[in-house]
Amino acid sequence: MRFLSELREGLGIAWNAILANKLRSVLTTLGIVIGIVTVTLMGTAIAGFRASFLTAIAAFGTDVFHVQRFSWFFESEQDWRDASKRQQITFVQVEELARQLTLSESVAPVAQIGLSVGYADRNSSGVQVLGSTDQYLKTSGSVIARGRFFSGAESSGGRPVCVIGANVASNLFQTLPPLGEAIRVGDKPFSVVGVLEKQGGAFGDMGADDIVIIPLEQFRYQFWSNPDLNVQVKVGSLERMDEAKEELRGVFRRIRGVRPSEADDFSINQQDQFLDAFNRVLAIIGSVGLFITGLSLFVGGIGIMNIMFVSVTERTREIGIRKAIGAKRRAILAQFLTEAAVICLIGGLMGLAISFPISLALQSRLGGAMPLSVVALAILVSLVTGLASGFFPAWRAARMDPVEALRSE
Amino acid sequence: MGRKLHAEAPDPRRNLTSPDVSLILIDKLARRYVMGSETVHALRGVDLRIERGEYAAIMGPSGSGKSTLMNLIGCLDTPSSGTYRLNGIDVGEMDDNELADIRNREIGFVFQTFNLLARSTALHNVELPLIYAGVSFDERRDRAVEALEHVGLSDRMRHKPNELSGGQRQRVAIARALVTRPSIILADEPTGNLDSKTGHEILALFDELSTKGNTIIVVTHEEDVARRARRIIRILDGLVESDEQAKVQEQPAMTRV
Repeated sequence: MRFLSELREGLGIAWNAILANKLRSVLTTLGIVIGIVTVTLMGTAIAGFRASFLTAIAAFGTDVFHVQRFSWFFESEQDWRDASKRQQITFVQVEELARQLTLSESVAPVAQIGLSVGYADRNSSGVQVLGSTDQYLKTSGSVIARGRFFSGAESSGGRPVCVIGANVASNLFQTLPPLGEAIRVGDKPFSVVGVLEKQGGAFGDMGADDIVIIPLEQFRYQFWSNPDLNVQVKVGSLERMDEAKEELRGVFRRIRGVRPSEADDFSINQQDQFLDAFNRVLAIIGSVGLFITGLSLFVGGIGIMNIMFVSVTERTREIGIRKAIGAKRRAILAQFLTEAAVICLIGGLMGLAISFPISLALQSRLGGAMPLSVVALAILVSLVTGLASGFFPAWRAARMDPVEALRSE
Repeated sequence: MGRKLHAEAPDPRRNLTSPDVSLILIDKLARRYVMGSETVHALRGVDLRIERGEYAAIMGPSGSGKSTLMNLIGCLDTPSSGTYRLNGIDVGEMDDNELADIRNREIGFVFQTFNLLARSTALHNVELPLIYAGVSFDERRDRAVEALEHVGLSDRMRHKPNELSGGQRQRVAIARALVTRPSIILADEPTGNLDSKTGHEILALFDELSTKGNTIIVVTHEEDVARRARRIIRILDGLVESDEQAKVQEQPAMTRV
């Protein structure tokens, strides 16, 4: 009860003090406003970056293992050198693997090469040509937008057919219908049977939509007879992941003739690893970014502290009066803390009023509007800034000697 | 001037101490200030006893130590040596917060310069001690309104100090002093900033408060202000120079109707 009355009193005093010094309050608040604007925009950018990354990585599929010569992440240079001495993964090994696995749904070998593709007088370079089997549709999680994926018969028969990514389709055909047309891959003709749905996301720019998929048999015949294969193994159930991984590892070691005393001569990669690494990087970027933008908030806080010292000095007599009629230290402390907190809170709300529309306007660049968590955090941070920067001035006011304070002009 | 003055006796809750304990009992009270390399002896050992219901004036020229004595009696300051018992409680040993509590409950200050909060209404100024006492909103409002009515300002409650005359401001201050029903009303040159007519009105108010049983201590250097009290304590060079009881018959009663 007493606390509430004192808080009410504190809020009333704070409001009066702010109104009495409008220009000064506005100038002081400006530091907090700028601080909150930069911090919230930074927070929004980080959240947006994270969200678009997660969308992109979802395309990898959480229940898919990528068996490769190389690990996605190397702990040291030595690891990398060891890995580069490993034997290539051959098509025969993959066929054997597919036959022996019991806990996984589908297995697809993938070979990859960069080539230019063309149709009529149009050419598109920097396209990744993937050689795989009909199983690729399942393991990759790709979705067909138009037409179909090539069949098992087309795959094993090595037919010159292809499925093209969304960007390839729009680059080569623009508005024309691509299905049934023959495109040039390298300089070989392939007939388009399907078009993939656009993937976009953070990796959209990195080529997820700039691909052409052809049967592995054709790939080996036309471009690269003995490619280094990656193997995509889709488990189909997140509950079986650990057993499936153990089985995959045991079977593949046997196929590759790894002796029990030797380490694996291949790596089983999975999305989790990627996510972990990404989270680590994001944490560093995030903390550095927030630290730098937080500096502006810190400067704003110093401004508040300065003005609170002025305010305390100006109102020494008032402090004396309040103490004479029975205000305890705590009440005086609370009064000035409340004032600082109110100024900062107003600054924080003004900052949000500026940065929220900006985040809406830059939605596409930032990867989303400001999340509610950032809004809540901004309010909290401005409150804490007020309390922190108001503490020393308020402490000084609380400790004033009433006789001295009453004597001041 | 036919105001009905409601001046309650001190809160009965506070009569924990037996009635034979003096309200103020001061023993060899001294206060020294260190100013650079010099030590100033403001009070050099004052003995003083003031009973409930007394109306006393403390007089002395500037530099005599009367302000220091007032600060000590008002619990704004603590003595360097000696004891001060208020209602039998030794105040000298108290810390900042305990003193604030004592000031809030036991002392009602009336200052020469009124010392009202400039940006607050009369009502809020009078409510303020009750806020710090933790009194609920409704009771606070009722008691503040009552106190303002008793000093004759029921039509000025929503006015701020700069919209009031000097006399009205001092009445607000008196209402603020009365609202907590303190043991002592401690007035420091209460008429110093007022013209003589207004000053007399304020002094008449003190007379009435006194007859209703309030203990009043007025610090002043004006003889005619001091003569309104029934006891005059003169301070000189940090010591009590004289302490005389005025005869009751000499009380000027003509200002009261």
